Amino acid sequence: MVSSGDILVLVGTTKGAFLFRTDPEHGRTEVTGPHFPGEAIYSLAYDDRAGRRRVLAGTESSHWGSVVRHTDDLGATWTDPADGNVRFPADAGAALTRVWQLTPGGDEHPEVFYAGVEPAALFRSGDGGETFELVRGLWDHPHRPRWEPGGGGLCLHTVLVDPDDPERIWVAISTGGVYHSEDGGKSWSTRHQGVRAQFFPDQHPEFGQCVHKIAPAAGRPQRMYLQNHWGLYRTDDAGAQWMDIANGVPSDFGFPIVAHPSDPETAWCIPLTSDGFRCTAEGRARVFRTRDAGESWEPLTAGLPQEQAYLTVLRDGFGNDGGDPVGLYFGTRTGELFGSADEGDSWKLLAEWLPPIMCVKAAAVR
Amino acid sequence: MLVHLHLPGALRQYAGGSGRLDLTAAGATVAELLETLGGAYPGVHQRVVDELGCLRRHVNVFVNGENIRHLSGVATPLREGDEVWLLPAVSGG
Repeated sequence: MVSSGDILVLVGTTKGAFLFRTDPEHGRTEVTGPHFPGEAIYSLAYDDRAGRRRVLAGTESSHWGSVVRHTDDLGATWTDPADGNVRFPADAGAALTRVWQLTPGGDEHPEVFYAGVEPAALFRSGDGGETFELVRGLWDHPHRPRWEPGGGGLCLHTVLVDPDDPERIWVAISTGGVYHSEDGGKSWSTRHQGVRAQFFPDQHPEFGQCVHKIAPAAGRPQRMYLQNHWGLYRTDDAGAQWMDIANGVPSDFGFPIVAHPSDPETAWCIPLTSDGFRCTAEGRARVFRTRDAGESWEPLTAGLPQEQAYLTVLRDGFGNDGGDPVGLYFGTRTGELFGSADEGDSWKLLAEWLPPIMCVKAAAVR
Repeated sequence: MLVHLHLPGALRQYAGGSGRLDLTAAGATVAELLETLGGAYPGVHQRVVDELGCLRRHVNVFVNGENIRHLSGVATPLREGDEVWLLPAVSGG
């Protein structure tokens, strides 16, 4: 069972989920899995609201479709919603491919959960992730029929909820861009001004940006970091305007971005060579860290392979545990899991030979 | 019209553990059999048919040993006593 002080690292792969639980006091780590062997796990989440210690998983069987399941005993038993729990209504004219993101809806409403899915849509649960309903306000947005799939499919992959006002929500879509609601999802407007779309003749279209990930800065709800399909950005006004902060990185192409859970000046990214060659730049596995909100970036290499290391880290393959000190974890498409207990100064290989890693989520258990 | 529907192991938990269902189809095609299945065993149905009513890409239906993709798809006619199989296609994780 999970105990206060434990560190959880939840790893979703193309062939199942693996759950790592570390007891830092005694230096012990236990791993369970694969959970759902053979199924693709693009989304995992830990939910500790309302006294729960719940892990949610978006599971995708290549035969039988996708559902959201959860466990309250760290994987000993999982729910299996017989009738499916993320389904487009008949009049939507769409069928669920997979669940890309699971996000708690804020501490004020501990039963609220959001699911970002493919084809790009947002679902809301009002019962802790048991059942979900399509968020009509976004589905009915006039831009939606003209969003186009990126290489991974037309996915809504990021959901951010303002911790101080759960009615304020941001989502990111590849390719659609960033959309924001002030009213709990009823109405939406774009928030990607300044983010370029290098694959269009007009690089600043009204919508269609291929935003790969957004991370909210701690304690500054107006600040967010963004890794784009070409471009590294920061906003200080909740997405009204984004500024280019690719200052000193070997490439501004990449997938994940992680913000420090308590220092709004600090964030990490993992640059890849290009969209045509989605591997760590120069064959070196490097995490880049800023301590000044993107004015400069420093490479972090200790413990990471620096020769012939052509790794790919996907948009949800990099996470932090929210602890103090913060632990960082990233997983690769070649099945390695790396971790750092010192904010990236040094890294350890925590696991290898896993299936291709799609998502890494971590939590310090309260 | 009574039709015998055979389920793979992975779906039997959604049909009370049964591997063979005797269903009285509402009509005379595979589509109508699937509709009947949806009413009686929704957990099986939603794993075989998506929200658009389409047979999932990696699920095959055989009628008396013939894959309906080589017959008339879900419009394939059924007769009293037909043996219908739902099987995962050659794919997987």
